[in-house]
Amino acid sequence: MVELSTPLKWLLRVVAVGYVFFLVAWPVALIVQRTFADGFTTMADTLSDPQVQHALWMTAQVAGAAVVINTVFGVTISILLVRYEFPGKRMLSALIDLPLAVSPVVVGLALLLVYNGRTGWFGPALEANGLQIIFSTPGMIMATCFVALPLVVREVVPTLTEIGDDQEQASRSLGGNAYQTFRRITLPSIKWALVYGVVLSLGRALGEFGAVKIVSGNFTGQTQTATLIVEQKYQNFEQSEAYATSFILATISVLCIVVVSLLRPKEPTS
Amino acid sequence: MATVSVSATARPAPRRRAGSRRSTLTRGAALGLGVSLVWFSLLVLIPLSAVVVTAAGGGWDTYVSILTNEQTRAAIQLTVGQAVLVTCLNIVIGTIIAWVLVRDQFVGKRLLDVVIDIPFALPTIVAGLVLLSLYGPNSPIGLEWANTSRSVSLALAFVTLPFIVRTVQPVLEELDHDVEEAAASLGASRSTIVRRIILPSLVPAIAAGAALSFARAISEYGSLVLLSGNLPFKTEVVSVRVLSFVEGGNTAAAAAVATIMLAVALIVIVVLDVIQRRVAHRG
Repeated sequence: MVELSTPLKWLLRVVAVGYVFFLVAWPVALIVQRTFADGFTTMADTLSDPQVQHALWMTAQVAGAAVVINTVFGVTISILLVRYEFPGKRMLSALIDLPLAVSPVVVGLALLLVYNGRTGWFGPALEANGLQIIFSTPGMIMATCFVALPLVVREVVPTLTEIGDDQEQASRSLGGNAYQTFRRITLPSIKWALVYGVVLSLGRALGEFGAVKIVSGNFTGQTQTATLIVEQKYQNFEQSEAYATSFILATISVLCIVVVSLLRPKEPTS
Repeated sequence: MATVSVSATARPAPRRRAGSRRSTLTRGAALGLGVSLVWFSLLVLIPLSAVVVTAAGGGWDTYVSILTNEQTRAAIQLTVGQAVLVTCLNIVIGTIIAWVLVRDQFVGKRLLDVVIDIPFALPTIVAGLVLLSLYGPNSPIGLEWANTSRSVSLALAFVTLPFIVRTVQPVLEELDHDVEEAAASLGASRSTIVRRIILPSLVPAIAAGAALSFARAISEYGSLVLLSGNLPFKTEVVSVRVLSFVEGGNTAAAAAVATIMLAVALIVIVVLDVIQRRVAHRG
């Protein structure tokens, strides 16, 4: 293994640590410091603000629904991509990754063009049947699903490929039906990859901003989510409330990272 | 965090049996595929084609005139320029950080490893607010960069920090030390080993990370909203331009600008696919 000279080693170490410190660590620490500059009063005030309460509840609903939908979709697609052959498979596999590279603003625009109630492709017909998508919860759930779509697939596909299908075949040859094989064999073996994907999706779903801003219409007290209220509070010069709400969001996302980094070494396959 | 494990190594290319392109779907699997495809189309494919169709609806001349509008052109130039700049920065810094995390030993290394993931986990609007606290008004270190083009670089550098680190790190970990020792025993100097042996094997991972980092930088919105001030001709990026078209009700113009961003996204996906395949082939 190549050993760098001591001065060079120190130089690289200082560059790496210094860059991360100034770009990430110090600014994040400042947010914490500003949130608790006057003890817990700001936090208590923010949490008792009905607008903030509603926004947090909205975020929880939208993120929860999106994560459930993406988990079901993700597991289904992963199994199909790994265990079956069908025409167009390679194309599907590449397209699944597309949402990672599309700007949230474009996601919002795309959904708006199809589902808005006046001029959208499907919007007027859906609205005539009583289903409003844009400027309402279904649209926000769709936007969140879109941006977090590939996260579960990305985690589950490698694990499924690695474990192979010997055990599944054994289960089937012993008379297990598809559901039993999935519950008893497939699910336990992809469990950690799945949990990992779900935590990542949850983090992404809670933090979505651009796409949700467009499809929700950002109506205070109705379709406003936690990330949208941070923007509004900051621009209305209620900065301490903006910091406090950010702190709540940041805490949840940092918890997600910690959970993920604790889970990782336990993965039986790695 | 694995959002980036898009890496060259993460997903093995789907197995293809030579000659057999026949479907092996059972009835249940076919149903599952059908339902998933309907959802995927309703959610992703149809909306994205709506963007392209809307952009094409006005005809070629309208399309060109929207894109050559001075303010839009300035936004595109700024975004592409900053994205290239930040990606180059990430190629250097990201590789250094990955090297330090794998080959160096020091107190606090594990903490550094965790902090690298924060930009991924943090909601983008919070990321902007976080940067404002150190580089905004009343900056404790006297760097008031808010509302200048530096604030754009700063926000993009923040949100793209983990990409190259997280794609290079696993490859560096798996690198075979024997080759380095063989080179050393044959009299190669340290710089030769780094240049001729280590860097070439990192290239696919660096390229994959750079592609992701570029795509993310082009499309970034949330972290810039509060930080950059969105000043036309100065700090307005493409996604802000799209949003202001949407808010003004001009969806045709928004769609026209969005097609450019979609094209970049597609190119990046293709590049990643090619890199993954090449690496899988070689391994």
